[in-house]
Amino acid sequence: MPDPDGRSEEVALIRIVAVKFLQAVPVILIISILAFLLLSLLPGDPAIIIAGEQASPAAIEQVRKQLGLDRSFFEQLAIWLFNLAQGNFGSSLILNQSVLSAVAERLPVTLSLAALSISFTIPVGVLLGSVAAYFRRSWIDSLVMTVALLGVSIPAFWIAILGVILFSVRLGWVPSSGFAPISQGVGPWFASLALPALILSLFQIGFLARMTRSAMLDVLGQDYVRTARAKGLSEWRTVGKHALRNALILIITATGILLSAAIGGSVIIEQVFALPGIGRMVVQAILARDYPLVQGTMLILGFTFVMINLIVDILYTLADPRVRHD
Amino acid sequence: MTDTGLGSLATAAAIVAPRGHGTWQRLLRHRSFVIGFSVILLLMLAAVLAPLLSPVDPSAMRVRFRFRPPSSTFWFGSDMFGRDVFTRVLYGAQISLFVGFAVCVVSGLCSAIIGVIAAQFRGLDGAIMRLMDALMSFPAILLALGIAAALGPRVSSVIIALTVAYIPAGVRIVRAAALTVREMDFVQAAQVSGASSLRIVMRHILPNCLSPLLVHLTFIFAYAMLAEAALSFLGVGIQPPIASWGNIIAEGRDYATEAWWVMLFPGIAISVAALSLNLLGDALGDMLDPRLKGGD
Amino acid sequence: MIAPLLAIRNLTVQFRVDSGWVTAVDDVSLDVVAGDCVGIVGESGSGKSVTALSILQLHERATTRMPSGSILYQGQDLLRAPGSTMRRIRGSEIAMIFQDPMSSLNPVLTIADQVSETLRQHQGLTGVAARKRVVELLGLVRIPDAARRADDYPHRLSGGMRQRVMIAMAIACKPRLLIADEPTTALDVTIQAQILELLRDLRKELSMSVMLISHDLGVIAEFAQRVIVMYAGRVVEDAPMAQLFRRPVHPYTMGLIAAVPKLDSDASRLTTIPGRIPAPQEVIPGCRFSPRCALVEDGCLHEQPSMQMVSDHQSARCPPRILALGEHHG
Repeated sequence: MPDPDGRSEEVALIRIVAVKFLQAVPVILIISILAFLLLSLLPGDPAIIIAGEQASPAAIEQVRKQLGLDRSFFEQLAIWLFNLAQGNFGSSLILNQSVLSAVAERLPVTLSLAALSISFTIPVGVLLGSVAAYFRRSWIDSLVMTVALLGVSIPAFWIAILGVILFSVRLGWVPSSGFAPISQGVGPWFASLALPALILSLFQIGFLARMTRSAMLDVLGQDYVRTARAKGLSEWRTVGKHALRNALILIITATGILLSAAIGGSVIIEQVFALPGIGRMVVQAILARDYPLVQGTMLILGFTFVMINLIVDILYTLADPRVRHD
Repeated sequence: MTDTGLGSLATAAAIVAPRGHGTWQRLLRHRSFVIGFSVILLLMLAAVLAPLLSPVDPSAMRVRFRFRPPSSTFWFGSDMFGRDVFTRVLYGAQISLFVGFAVCVVSGLCSAIIGVIAAQFRGLDGAIMRLMDALMSFPAILLALGIAAALGPRVSSVIIALTVAYIPAGVRIVRAAALTVREMDFVQAAQVSGASSLRIVMRHILPNCLSPLLVHLTFIFAYAMLAEAALSFLGVGIQPPIASWGNIIAEGRDYATEAWWVMLFPGIAISVAALSLNLLGDALGDMLDPRLKGGD
Repeated sequence: MIAPLLAIRNLTVQFRVDSGWVTAVDDVSLDVVAGDCVGIVGESGSGKSVTALSILQLHERATTRMPSGSILYQGQDLLRAPGSTMRRIRGSEIAMIFQDPMSSLNPVLTIADQVSETLRQHQGLTGVAARKRVVELLGLVRIPDAARRADDYPHRLSGGMRQRVMIAMAIACKPRLLIADEPTTALDVTIQAQILELLRDLRKELSMSVMLISHDLGVIAEFAQRVIVMYAGRVVEDAPMAQLFRRPVHPYTMGLIAAVPKLDSDASRLTTIPGRIPAPQEVIPGCRFSPRCALVEDGCLHEQPSMQMVSDHQSARCPPRILALGEHHG
């Protein structure tokens, strides 16, 4: 394949990225429709459920009008999509604000939690997995894998409560609940998030360590690692440069999954630690039957995850030169 | 959204395990398999035989006996309403394990069917995979939360919600395996000899997809169980007085310092069950393609 | 007699399998004299690659053991040398190229990156100096447009070119011994010839010894000065090229030579050696080739044959044949 100026590879890259962007569009559309359909899953009349069974017929009618439930199915869908295109994700019944602003208010909390936990998960998980793969079949391997196994088997919310009892109640190292925004100082901010982030990490470290181990084992068995050794490169160089660069690809994929999982896991963690984040808001909205809020939030989260997956996908393409020629 | 790590791993695992006596014997030699399989089997037996193992009514409230620590009468102690924790954990096993198992089976069936269809009919493939991508964009717990919230707090909603949440991953695996198998020589040989499409699918493609799917489903059992516990804990899943490991922990939370045993034992139960399932899944995965784990 | 550059003495290599340890190389001894070109020929499973990998200690440590034997290089036993010694020797004094150039090159690193690694490791070259040398080396192995090719990734090169890159990496530090493990097996026939020619020329230019391993007797015949025939983990014949073809001693060697199709023969069928190579775990009393040997005698089935000299430079592991030949020649 003679390639006089090497530019065709850049062009191919841009084209692949553009295609991926386009492929995300129908996905976003489907998510929007699914979120819309969420309300129709409710058994019975949504208006009654939302208004409450005790409500008067007038109140129910008001709710029905307010939510546009008196229109036909396709009209509702059209209105829904139209609103979305304008950035209107609906309004919360209870919080008295738009879904978008409700989410925006709570975003810093959830984001801090997710970021903190991931910044711990990735180095620890990758390190553990690599060490386990390098020393495979040894006691180190067994130990690491056992720890990882425990990480994915123990329920997060349970360990969280135990953690609170130990570290907050008994030892008093960290506050047992509540969130201190950075404006109050990095110390309190970190203290309020340390334990939740740690617990959130546990499951993810287990998952990442196992994935990394798999990927590294695969890579370490490859011929090019043998070539590197045959060239006289030190073990550090061989493993660090050759093996890890290749396992990196799989790790990038895992990170995307981790990010989504961190936000999902925050639902439970925020509940246990009473952190005013998005996850906690969703749960409380569900319990309070604030369905528009649930719908809107699910949608925003859905868009976020699609974006995350898209970015991961693009990074993957950048990291692996082989993919560009498809 | 192209197949990424998961797809290639699944393709690597799409090798049929040898059938017959050899498989069973090989499995038995595997420590993880033996431990994992026997523990989960024991737990399931205990759940089924719950009435026999503990003749006490799990919902029986005897306020006189509140907050008794573990003793010979109350093996796991008693909770805030005087109910026997051991019995509740036992009956909770019924719900939690049943939900896990049901999700595993139903999502497995659906994944298999949808996955094979996607692999066979290229026309539908695009649409199906877009839908799966959309569903997979959400972490399972959120998806399940949303659906369970809409359907109401009961066992069936939790099962449906979790099934929907876990189908996409299974579809990816089945589809990847089916696509690989389709290219293999023996399938082309069957086509050339005139076998009908349905026959090819049933006899050749499907069995070869089962191995990676089976490994995956074992992990789904564990995840579903953990997810159900989480949902019940949040108050969105199974409600008391029906005991589920999740809601026992939720109830016990407020009394964590006075009656730590209420929270402790169901948590241990969940951990043990999930652990054994993960061990089982690892062992099965190892059997089917030692390369994935690196051998033991 | 001059001491050989590399002397393998009684090397035994075993691999761990589910049921225990299996012997892949059994009591192998061979010499490589400086400037020599040695060819090791044998079917897959004969242990030739395993032997080669043992020289540079490239086996997986957890599952391999070498219970006996030694590999002497410049007075040092490589099997017992410390890691730092091995790292110094690998790539700079003894280099190796492998069979499949695609999988032997790292797909995510450029050619220049991979070739310069050796230079950096052993000669401390970096930056512009390294780059210059890399382009020089690529030119030496006859890669056209070397400066541009250097920045390519492996998948953009053809099989023959990748193998040239492997060779470039191997000769970068002017090693004294180059081990080539089936370097042409994965390549087209015409490219094979080019690569062999390249190796021949480089050998002369760099005064390098080469150990060429192949299952293809034709390739060995074109290239080697001395041939070592291996079968089922053991050396069965060791002779200079001409002598081997003129008067092969071991029945396996005879079978190998007969199996090479000749364009000028009238034969309507190709000659093969019946049977197949034994699995490493198979225990065969007596000579391991006896089940397939056309000249088998009673004694062969009971006693393990030992290597015996046939002449000054030739030895073989078949006492009955040697005896017969000796009688024949008086």
